[in-house]
Formats: sequence, C-alpha cells, structure tokens
Amino acid sequence: MKRAWVLGGGAVILGVFAWLLFGGLEKNMVFFLTPRELLAKGTEGVGVPVRLGGQVKPGSVKWDAQALDLRFTVTDGGGEIPVRATGAPPQMFRDGMGVIVEGRVGTGGVFEASNLMVKHSNEYRAPKPGEEAHEKYKTLIQQSATP
Amino acid sequence: MIGLIAHNALLVSVATVVFGAVITPIAIRVGRREWLQLTYGAVYTNFLLVSIATVGMVVALVVHDFSVSYVAAVGSRSTPLLFTIISLWGALEGSILFWAWVLALYAAAVVWLHHRRPGNLVPYAAMTMLAVAAFFGILLVGPADPFVPVFPVPADGPGPNTLLQNHILMAVHPPLLYLGYVGMTVPFAFAVGAIVSREANSNDWAILSRRWMLAAWAFLSAAIIAGMWWSYEVLGWGGYWAWDPVENASFLPWLTATAYLHSVMVQERRNMLRLWTLNLCVATFVLTIFGTFLTRSGILSSVHAFTTGSIGYFFLAFIAIVLVSTLVLVAGNSEHIRTRANLGGAASRETVFLLNNLFLTAVMLTVLVGTLYPLIAEAMRGVKVSVGEPFFNRMAIPAMVALIFLMGVGPALPWGSTTWTEARKRLLPPLIAAAVMGAIAIFAGARGVYSILAFAFVGYAAVGNLREYWIGMRARRRAHGEGWGTALVRLIGGNRRRYGGYVAHIGMLFVALGVAASSTFRSEREATLVPGETLTVAGQTVRLKSVWGREEPQRSVVGATMDVLGRDSAVIGTIHPRMNFYRVSDEPVPTPDVRSSIKGDLYVNLMAFESNGANATVKVIVEPLVPWIWFGGLVILLGAVIGMFHGGRRRPAPPPAAAEQPATEEPVLTGAGA
Repeated sequence: MKRAWVLGGGAVILGVFAWLLFGGLEKNMVFFLTPRELLAKGTEGVGVPVRLGGQVKPGSVKWDAQALDLRFTVTDGGGEIPVRATGAPPQMFRDGMGVIVEGRVGTGGVFEASNLMVKHSNEYRAPKPGEEAHEKYKTLIQQSATP
Repeated sequence: MIGLIAHNALLVSVATVVFGAVITPIAIRVGRREWLQLTYGAVYTNFLLVSIATVGMVVALVVHDFSVSYVAAVGSRSTPLLFTIISLWGALEGSILFWAWVLALYAAAVVWLHHRRPGNLVPYAAMTMLAVAAFFGILLVGPADPFVPVFPVPADGPGPNTLLQNHILMAVHPPLLYLGYVGMTVPFAFAVGAIVSREANSNDWAILSRRWMLAAWAFLSAAIIAGMWWSYEVLGWGGYWAWDPVENASFLPWLTATAYLHSVMVQERRNMLRLWTLNLCVATFVLTIFGTFLTRSGILSSVHAFTTGSIGYFFLAFIAIVLVSTLVLVAGNSEHIRTRANLGGAASRETVFLLNNLFLTAVMLTVLVGTLYPLIAEAMRGVKVSVGEPFFNRMAIPAMVALIFLMGVGPALPWGSTTWTEARKRLLPPLIAAAVMGAIAIFAGARGVYSILAFAFVGYAAVGNLREYWIGMRARRRAHGEGWGTALVRLIGGNRRRYGGYVAHIGMLFVALGVAASSTFRSEREATLVPGETLTVAGQTVRLKSVWGREEPQRSVVGATMDVLGRDSAVIGTIHPRMNFYRVSDEPVPTPDVRSSIKGDLYVNLMAFESNGANATVKVIVEPLVPWIWFGGLVILLGAVIGMFHGGRRRPAPPPAAAEQPATEEPVLTGAGA
C-alpha cells in the first residue's frame, strides 16, 4: 500500500517535472541566425533574443574609449547588421574574424549585444607580419623598458 | 625513435588487455582459478606498457621531438618547461593517452589491493576494467594516435592552446578531472563484477565500490572547483560557471555519484534501493564516457574548442555497447538484486535520502536535456538553437536550494522512523539560524526568492550539521569525561564515514554561500582611465598608475599597474591586470588580476588600452565571498578523505538481516533529547 503511494507520487512528480522541463526549454531557446536569416525575418526579428553569427566586416570596428562604445558590422556575405556592444574588449577584434553575438535587434535596426563570443577555431591563426603584438606595441614596450 | 617505442608499447598493451579480458570468464567457467593470475598479470603489464608510452610522450615533449605528431601539434621551443609537460593533456590525443594511463593505474591499484579477496567479484571487476582499457587502447592506436611519425620534421611547433598555457591551474584541474572521471570506472567495474559473480545481494561489493567511488568523487569535486577557479582567473568575465557544455559534462557524473554516495548508505543500513544504487554506478560511468564524447567530438559548440573527427563514432559505439550489455546483465539477474525491506516512517533519514536522490536525479536530467537540446532541435526541426543560462538557472537552482535544506534535515533524523514530536524537536532549532541568515540577506539587499532561501538554508544546514558534532561531543564528555578536543577527535575517529560526510556537507555549504553571495551582491563598473584617475566600485577604489609593455620568450605582455586605495586614499596594495599576446595566435588572452580577502574579491580586468599607454579601459568587479568557494572545495576534500579511511577494525559489514545498528553507532540517539 505504502509502496503504491510512493510509486504513484513518483509518477506525478516525474510528469510535473517533464512538463516544467520542456516548457522551460521552449521559453529559453535562443535561435542561432546569420545576418541574412535575421534580416529575412523583418519586423518579426526585432526585440527577440538571438545569437547572431558571422564575420566582422573589415574596417567596420569603431571603438570610443570614453563612452565605452564598440560598434562593428557582422556580415555573412549575404547580409549585414550593425552591432553595438558595450563592455567588449576591442583588442580582441581582428577584421574578418568569426564572432557570435548574443542580444536582440533594437528599434533602430542596430543589434544590441549583451554578450560577445569569439569563435575559436581549432587552427591557430598567427598574426600577419607587422601585426604581431611586439611590433604593434613596440613603443609601449620600449617606454616601459627605460625607467 | 621515442614515437616508435611508445606506439609499439600501445599495440602490445591492446593485445594484452584483450587477452586478459577474454581469459577471465574462461578461467572461472572451467574452474582453473590459477589462470586468473593471467588476468592480474595483464592488468600489471598494461600499466607498465601504457606508462612507457606516457613517459615516452612526456620525454618527446620535453626534448621537442617534432617527429612525433602530437609534439608537432602542441609543442614549441619557446614554451616554458612546465607548460610543455602539462601540454600532455592539452589536446585530444594526449588527453586520451593520459586517460588510458590513469585507467591503467586505477586497475593496477584495485588488483594490488583486492586480489586476495575470495570469490569472483574482483576477477570480473578486473575483466571489466580491462575491457574499458581495450577501448581506449584501440583509440590510441587508431583514430587518436598521438605517435604518428611526421616527415619532414618541422623545426618548431605552434605551442599549446593559448588559453591553456596562460595559467598554472592548468597543471591542477585536468589531472584532478581525469582522476575523478576515470575513477568512476572502478565502482562501475565492481557493479558489473557483482552482477556477473552473483554477489550483488551482498553488501560487500557496495562497501568496496563505495570507497573507490568516494575517492573518485573527491577528485571530481576538487576538479570541478579547480575548473571554476580557472575559468574565473583566465576567461576575464568575473564568473566561474556558465552552464557551458564542457562544465555540464563534468557536473553530470558528479550528480549521480553524489546520489550514489547517499543511496549506498540506505542500501547498507536498510537493505533498500539495491537496484537503484547499482544503476547509479552504471549511470555515473556512462556519463563520464558521454561527457568525454561531448567535449572530444566537437559535436557541441563550446568556449572550449575541441576537435572534430571520427573519434565521436567510436565513443557512441562504446556507449551503446556499455548500455546494452549492462542492461542485459541487470535484466538477466534481476531476481538476485531484489529489494526486500520496506520503507521506514515518513520522518526518517531514508526518506530524506530518497528526496536527495530525487532532486539530484532531477538536476542531472535537467542539465542533460538542456545540454543535448540543441542537438535534438537541429535533428528534429532543422533549426540551430542554443539553450541559455536562464533555463539552467530557473530549473536547477530551486532543486539545488532544496538540496541545501535537506542537508540540514537528513543528519538530524534517525534511521527507521521517529515520532513527529521527536522530529520537531530535532528540526526546529536550526530554523533560528535560517531566519537570521535570511534576514541578513534581505537587509543586505537580496530580493530574489531563491537567493534569500539559499542564504536561509545555508544557515539551517550549517546548524543542523554542526549540532550533530555538538551532540556527539557532549555525549562523549558525559560518558567518558573527555575534554572537548579529545571528544571531537574520538567522535570523528569512531565513525569516520558519518562525520566525514558532515565535514563534506560543511564544505558544500561554504561553496553554496560563496556562490549565493557572489551572484547576488556582485557589482561591476567599467571605465577608461588616464594615469592618476580613480574608479570606485562598491566602496573599493582603484587608481591607474601606468600602462606598460613587456617582452617574454613566448609572448608579449601589456599590463596596467593600479593602486588599490583604502580609507584616507592610502595605497593598500597594487593590482596588475594584463593582456597576453602569444606568438601563435592573433587573439590576446585576458589575464585579470584578483585581490582576495575573507570578505571577497576585487577583480580587475584590462579590457583595452591606447597603444602609446595614454589610457586603459578596465573592468572592476567586486564579488563578495568568492574565496569561500575555493576554501569550501578544500573542506569537501577533507571530508572525503576522513570518510575514505574509516577503520576496517570497527566492524565487518552487518548481515542484511541485522541492518539495525547498535546504539554506539549513533551517538545522536543517546545524546539527543536533552
């Protein structure tokens, strides 16, 4: 008798749990889209949380150190979306690098990123000649060496 | 040369373990027990051969033998020696080799310690471990061969993944993780051995496997905490847990192993949950293999970048084999694994353990489904999705908060059953602590229900567990006239499993408190500063002193030196957030600097800088009680060590019928009520 109660109770708990689980999944699912796919959604894509994946358009990165405002354009060849990210480290950026930005399209058509992930490829990409850190920050390193 | 020797050692080891696994059932069936020496010999030989290969790899890495494919892929002449050695586990092939070595070590230790035990349990357990070793051996001579000859031999290599050579914790976290992960093979092997040898009904195998599971669990717990610490120190976002697939992969078997450690006590004491406990053993092992599959097959995108290749199919096939064969074994022997006893009263310790197992399993299923859902959605509906942190937080946090509460309830209730009056007397006093902690949290500004409950339950459980010590010590003082110190030592020494468990509980509470406080009361600000400018976050002020650059053999470093100001603007310390630019990668690795105190951390990350050093953009985060998480990890480890070395002299396993414990086992019963 006790056993039946336990089993019955277990089944009810399991049912409620499964219902909560899949309800939670549907609500917290974030679609992964490319700029072209997001643009194709039109107004439907505004205000919905998405993960936007693509490349940083060469020459599009603008960093305002005082306002802590970072702007760049994500492209997939077929579409372009301007992105505004606050609190992202601009030193990470290279033209053409793969990024995934998490956020939503604001009313002005600008993608407001709350989180930015650099797409790590397994292959290393060594810096181009002249772009190495010891070349780029030569003055800083030399200044520091002479006290 | 090294590559050739090591590769051949691995080939011979595969033949050895296959032979050892096959000869075991034959020896037992035909009644030639002396042949079992061959099984044990295979275990030792495998350890020797895999050790040769592993040492060979370390030597190849250290002498920069770029004719070995793995060294060519992760080695570099400019990498410091320590990071060269630990790049053994920095990429796929090396980590599989390290895995195989740890497994060989565990198998040798099990055989060494238990080979004198009569019966067929240990031989079958050895056979199971040899079969698992065969799988990893096949990977190492096939799809994950680290010793492929490279021609022409390159002059230098790219060095290890930049994220992995940036912090010393990379020397700590992966070995702990492998010791934990691979260690789960041992209780699984004992579970299989118990079924095959028809010993599943004795408590003997449970006692053997429990101790090994506790060891593996301790390593895995420490590894998860060390991984959180690494993520905190290296990734630069000031957090330690993001429900990333790789983190989830380490968390899943931890949950089932924790459930096992509790349910096995119910099995021993009350002769219940036998089949369930057995299944937890199997589930834990399968989840470790599954976790390795998730992280090593590249099937899920993660902050940790890992390889793609055919190795995923090998893992899937292996998981299928393990699941099908254990299912057949358990189903075919189910009449031997029956539970005879009945549930006790509602207000009893076993009820709490049942709830504990229920919640742990629920969290495990939640994390599992959330981790796999992107795959399911892509396969079924053709859409690419990710499951965000809100899902995991909303689903898992309530269950984890409930588990904290149960941590205070379980130890206070006796086995069997008790009256409600008695239960109330034991369960009400800690409520005062819960109310105090909850009030402090609300006063400090916590508003989330689960956040407040977490603080309250930490207080409840802390008093619940400490009270057990208090009651036990007081009883000893009365009975034996001992001083408090002696009473504490003898109390723990007299029942290490029990009091070790309570120490681990206290450790968990430190972790829970650190997590609750740092996620509830975190403040952060970001600003671009010129030298001399200050930034204040949550009452803590930093002042930029200088921006500098430095050349090191394997990298260029740009850093900011900042003064930490105390009251009256006096300098009380300096902090140096940096950005490391490795030669091989065009992406810098953030290297935040953390100033810790008992109250919490001041965490500063260098976000950007002007290349002439005119300014620097920094993110300053103030996170209360974060160091308590790392300290809690140590306490958990201490508890596990106490529980592991419980004296064998105290008592042999009680026969199932006499599962009721003598009164001396339960000082609570004698001491409570006063």
